[in-house]
Amino acid sequence: MNSDLPAAASSPTAPSSADAPLALSVQHMDVTYRVRGQDRLALRDVSFSIERGESYGLVGESGSGKSTAALALVRYLPGNGRVSNGMISINGLDPLSMDKAALRDLRARTVSMVYQEPGRALNPSLRVGRQIAEVFGIAGQSSGDATASAEDMLRKVQISDPGRVMQRYPHELSGGMAQRAVIAMALAVSPSLLILDEPTTALDATVEAEVLDLVAALRSEFQTSVLFISHNLAVIAKMCDRVGVLYAGELLEQGPAREVFNNPRHPYTVGLLRCIPRRGQRKDTDRLDTIPGFLPTPGQSLTGCIFAPRCALVQDKCRTAEPPFFAVSDVRTSRCYFHEQAPDLPRATPASIPASGADRAGSADGAGEPLVVIEGLSKTFGGNVRALAGVDLSIQRGETLGLVGESGSGKTTLARVLLGLTGPDQGSVVTLNGTPLNPDAQRRPRAVLRALQIVFQNPDSALNRRHTVRALISRPLSRLAGLSGARLRARLEELITSVRLEDRHLPLRPSQLSGGLKQRVAIARAFAGGPEAVVCDEPTSALDVSVQAAILNLLADLQTTERVTYLFISHDLGLVRYLSDRIVVLYLGRVMEVGPSETVFAGPHHPYTEALFSAVPSLDGERPSRIRLTGEIPSAADPPSGCVFHTRCPRRLSTGICESTEPPLHEDEPGHLIRCHIPLSELRTLQRNDSVPSQGGSS
Amino acid sequence: MTDIASSPLEPSGTALGPTSVAAIAATARGTPAPWRLLARRPTFIVGTVILLFWIVCAIFGHAIAPYNPLAQQLLATNAAPSGAHWFGTDPLGRDVLSRVITGAGDILIISLLAVILATILGTALGLAMGYLGGAFDLISGRLVEAVLALPSIVIALLFVAAVGPSTTTLTILVGLVFTPLISRTVRAAVLAERQLDYLSAARLLGENRARIMFGEVLPNVVPAILVEFTVRLGYAVFTVATLSFLGLGIQPPTPDWGADIAANYVGLTAGYWWQVLFPALAIASLVIAVILIADSIEQVLAS
Repeated sequence: MNSDLPAAASSPTAPSSADAPLALSVQHMDVTYRVRGQDRLALRDVSFSIERGESYGLVGESGSGKSTAALALVRYLPGNGRVSNGMISINGLDPLSMDKAALRDLRARTVSMVYQEPGRALNPSLRVGRQIAEVFGIAGQSSGDATASAEDMLRKVQISDPGRVMQRYPHELSGGMAQRAVIAMALAVSPSLLILDEPTTALDATVEAEVLDLVAALRSEFQTSVLFISHNLAVIAKMCDRVGVLYAGELLEQGPAREVFNNPRHPYTVGLLRCIPRRGQRKDTDRLDTIPGFLPTPGQSLTGCIFAPRCALVQDKCRTAEPPFFAVSDVRTSRCYFHEQAPDLPRATPASIPASGADRAGSADGAGEPLVVIEGLSKTFGGNVRALAGVDLSIQRGETLGLVGESGSGKTTLARVLLGLTGPDQGSVVTLNGTPLNPDAQRRPRAVLRALQIVFQNPDSALNRRHTVRALISRPLSRLAGLSGARLRARLEELITSVRLEDRHLPLRPSQLSGGLKQRVAIARAFAGGPEAVVCDEPTSALDVSVQAAILNLLADLQTTERVTYLFISHDLGLVRYLSDRIVVLYLGRVMEVGPSETVFAGPHHPYTEALFSAVPSLDGERPSRIRLTGEIPSAADPPSGCVFHTRCPRRLSTGICESTEPPLHEDEPGHLIRCHIPLSELRTLQRNDSVPSQGGSS
Repeated sequence: MTDIASSPLEPSGTALGPTSVAAIAATARGTPAPWRLLARRPTFIVGTVILLFWIVCAIFGHAIAPYNPLAQQLLATNAAPSGAHWFGTDPLGRDVLSRVITGAGDILIISLLAVILATILGTALGLAMGYLGGAFDLISGRLVEAVLALPSIVIALLFVAAVGPSTTTLTILVGLVFTPLISRTVRAAVLAERQLDYLSAARLLGENRARIMFGEVLPNVVPAILVEFTVRLGYAVFTVATLSFLGLGIQPPTPDWGADIAANYVGLTAGYWWQVLFPALAIASLVIAVILIADSIEQVLAS
């Protein structure tokens, strides 16, 4: 396995590698954690290198060891972790053999890191300016120079008013601003290697887009080499020249990002990419593929290929001998004996839809009485924060209504009001089957409670950790369905089978289940009473991609068999597009656009929707980055006058009407409503002109 | 309290027949049973050994003690420690060792009952304050703070003066004084739970408040209550000893550490140190033992 690696390192993309040392070179690195007296291998034989000025992505699901890799490089591993084998070289320096002083110098001058949570990377009790100036101070500048340099640096990360921002404390900055400040600190010393560990995962889509653009721009300006770590394949595809796919502590595939994602040559990469809904895929026509089985337990001794237990191409030789790296091409390697066959990996989940799928699609046409009608719904918190402002909405029986918007747009508040967990303001009307609903869930009759249920975002929070799975599912069966004794047990069996749980899970508590299994328990609870509508509040955002696909398939299957209506809340537009029949776009508690899913995605759309779409990186090739939002989401306590979006709108009219008058939600196409002063026909022209290749996915 | 003994892993350990990858992954993710972790801590072992020693003394004290703790030997008053009297004798010629051994009884029983009382009341109050919130929390919260602002010894003085000293009085008194402290801890733990979605899920099943408080929230705050219980037990021992020292608790001639110190500390000037030192060491060792146990439990639960 040694022979293939130098081939990748001395690839034709690196003509200058002979004279200057690599920005990073990792050779056969093992990392072990000592847990309760036993060594557990967290990374095994990881080798990769980053050329000067190159951007390298490490992608992997949780537990793959990608953060461990980042920590190991600069010897930030926790006390029980160590690099037990291999070599690391950063800009020609070996951090493993350094003493404390040299290591500090390395961390101060050569390598910088940016973490997921900007709020935790900044000292909450120091002003931002002082923290950034400190970095320049350490580099040897006088305090006056350091302050000037800090201001300069903030300007470079596109903070428009650096003088004022420097005077603020970290908690006074939004997430996007704080992450810019952290990036400014990281780049202050012109490091030769910048490590970004999930830098945008905690940010909203439009903010993420800005930060990613910024990183890309700074990289070309500073000629910095970047190690970019993410679970998000689309982000890696957008940001990185080359990519390494990490699974259970082993690098399985490596190569140029575009090639790896367009033509993966390891069964794991193939499976992972098939888990993600692509443009044009819909729940009515395509099932997502899944990866069967589970990640191996850390420390479990494995012979052979680490992915073998989950691989559909597995042969005897995979189980007995660990595959070496095979050179797929000059610049690509794959740790699979069957890398030639990998693209033809058999599906784990059949692609076709169960037979009744077709007539389900017909049932959601919108004919007949809507199931839920919401009129003039407002919700004010604390006297002045208007989380929702006059929302009108109807949900048709059997449809999936997708709810999208950034954080603070009121998505979750809307769901909670519908469920009766939060009381709306006076004058709001919420009806189910034409009957007004009591604002308090605990005063709603049992029939209403069983009709409206929810699958929460985070199963760790949604499941009582002291109860067993049996108790968690039995209780709703007795409360909502009124079952007891043998009939309850029979229904319990049915229910756990329908969410693909097994009998052996029943006596376990949530902490003993994986994230996907926990979410299945939560889904079983929601379906126990035979609901008419289920709110899915980001049901897969806490899950890994391969688990997400299985949960999405399950939700789609349950909709077919139980004829249930979904209110599907997500920030992931790909998921919303895959699952939803209609889409509602919320901004600052107002509906900006409603319409059938494909119409909304195809456009013309509201400028905000347009911005959201162009913000999200996609694996389906580079989307034309037509418009970018700048500025922060305004506070709901003090919304802008006129159209609430005008402060960030790239298509604001020069007449001043956007600032003065709130546009009505007008229907230009049947069923497609847009809240904008610009007429639909004009939006169409505008958006056509800007976007060079038109959106291909729609029919 | 049984929670610490029953491991969350036990059911799975036996129920899993065919071990699949999932089952292994699931069980391996859990940690060993809390009591196993506890048993590995030296502080816990030391604390438990000392506490067990005093419990044995409390139960079998009269059988173990070499002399009758009340028997006066007027020919051997103020005798220094010797082979016959290891801890010496007091001004009435009573054997100090026998009085220290038998003195463990009342203080342990009173402290334990008082803390149990305080835990029950404090948990109920804390659950209600934390979960119901609003005006109830505001009003009872201020009341709790008002009670906490008063020095407990002053309350005790008033209370005992009004009702008269007895074991029952002392138990109820210490129980009531500790209730607000425990309720505040429980309230804080409940507030953390309130953020979690499982309470919303319970409301969507139409569960009533009592069921949510006791069936859903309570099991999750038991660890916090357990720690609070042990910590308060240490303080209760100290409080009971203090009250006895002040003459408000256990009354002579019943052997009691606090009362014995009060009765004999004048003898210190005459050099009769053993009459005070050994009861004082007894109080200190018991309090330290309980605090060591509380610390270990807290650290195990936090890990």
